[in-house]
Amino acid sequence: MQTAPPHTRPALPHLPWLLSRAAAPLPLAPVSVMLSALTRKLVQAHPAMLRRLGPHADRHVLIDPTDLPFALLMQPRTAQVRACRRNRLPAHDARIAGPLSAFLAMLHGAEDGDALFFSRDLTIEGDTEAVLALRNAIDDAELDLTETIATAAGPMGPGLRRALARAERISGLALHRMETTGDWP
Amino acid sequence: MMELVCPAGTPAALRAAVEAGAHAIYCGFADETNARNFPGLNFSREELAEGVAFAHARGAKVLVAINTFPRAGAEPLWHRALADAETAGADAVILADLGLLAHTAEHHPNLRRHLSVQAAAANPDAINLYAQAFGVRRVVLPRVLSVQEIAAINREIDVETEVFVFGGLCVMAEGRCSLSSYATGRSPNMNGVCSPASHVAYAEEGPELAARLGGFTIHRTPKGAPAPYPTLCKGCFTSAEQTGHIFEDPVSLDATQLIPALARAGVSALKIEGRQRSRAYVAQVVRSFRAAVEAQAAGQPLPESALARLTEGQAATTGAYAKTWR
Repeated sequence: MQTAPPHTRPALPHLPWLLSRAAAPLPLAPVSVMLSALTRKLVQAHPAMLRRLGPHADRHVLIDPTDLPFALLMQPRTAQVRACRRNRLPAHDARIAGPLSAFLAMLHGAEDGDALFFSRDLTIEGDTEAVLALRNAIDDAELDLTETIATAAGPMGPGLRRALARAERISGLALHRMETTGDWP
Repeated sequence: MMELVCPAGTPAALRAAVEAGAHAIYCGFADETNARNFPGLNFSREELAEGVAFAHARGAKVLVAINTFPRAGAEPLWHRALADAETAGADAVILADLGLLAHTAEHHPNLRRHLSVQAAAANPDAINLYAQAFGVRRVVLPRVLSVQEIAAINREIDVETEVFVFGGLCVMAEGRCSLSSYATGRSPNMNGVCSPASHVAYAEEGPELAARLGGFTIHRTPKGAPAPYPTLCKGCFTSAEQTGHIFEDPVSLDATQLIPALARAGVSALKIEGRQRSRAYVAQVVRSFRAAVEAQAAGQPLPESALARLTEGQAATTGAYAKTWR
């Protein structure tokens, strides 16, 4: 057997500590309402996601971006998202934890979910089937948060699209769908 | 040029594979007829037809894996899969079961037949029997053969051979491995899943990541070390005060640099593992291997592979092709 040295990619960006602290006092109810509305739009625009999820669409999955001051409890069937403090986590069927950048990269097809698991950037606990089904359904849907948000913003859409592209360049977060093979490293 | 056969677990991955330069894509239906029967994965009948149309419009082929072993009394599920693959316009089906091969030869004679790695045909006599009895046109060779053994096989057969060059590495003769059954009651051969997700549980226990399969702890990965897949063949066990990997370390196959040797050995097609992986994996791996087969065909030096970060163990091996057993 011949073993080659590992080829590593640049470390995933973490949210700056100051930004994370600034988000801490945010009231969770409006965050939950906004994220639920966004999730509803994504599910309505990509109905095949629920078909792929099958019975797993009813599971409660805790998305835990470790560099944000709150976690997100999500149920795909109802498209409900609830932001919650880590000292009062609600009951959940599965938990996926890692930096926000890992979730966004996986959602937009910039990084492979298994590779993020191998590298320990993402950890999973609980119902492994539900986590796999969710990962596969999202990957097939080819989601694009920038386009979804910009479209929903109506006349403010073009400006928002430019602002998000700028935020992506500055932060290193993947905020748009990988479109062509040239987008991948 | 050697044919590059690439995985797709979803329609999005199929499109990514085609756009990245796949000559052929293999995929399966969302049921136990294929050996990657994972939640949220695989194709409906409509998705397959659309995928075939997309691939054909861009000059790529679609191969449908129907490569599990039918349960007694449930054969119609596998027979329907065959008929539906033909209706969708599949270029070939990938089969392992003798009865299913016979059924296909009789009822779908124009549907090209490839022998799955699950059939574990590893010598010229077995391959020639499959070719003569069932009209098999291509054999996917088990991942337990050396390059010299592959060359010896190709000298004595008249059908094409396809070999794995990248991805998750089965260290057993596929189709004969029942390790997963001992811990979970389910196996790739019968149910299309090795280490089914329904029986897998991870837990952060102090600084370690514990992986359990069917209630048995099979890894304890230290902090910062790459996490492996939860398969028994790559488990890390303790016995008589010794701890180690009994069968194989958690590493993945990367035979990029062996492509010229495989070509000289008479191999027709190179296969990439990973129908359970994302379109990000598919796009990057396919693009890298397309560049490699083009370089090989042009007689140029092969590009250096930079794919190890996508693989289990985050390190690569040439597997049995250049194996020295410990």
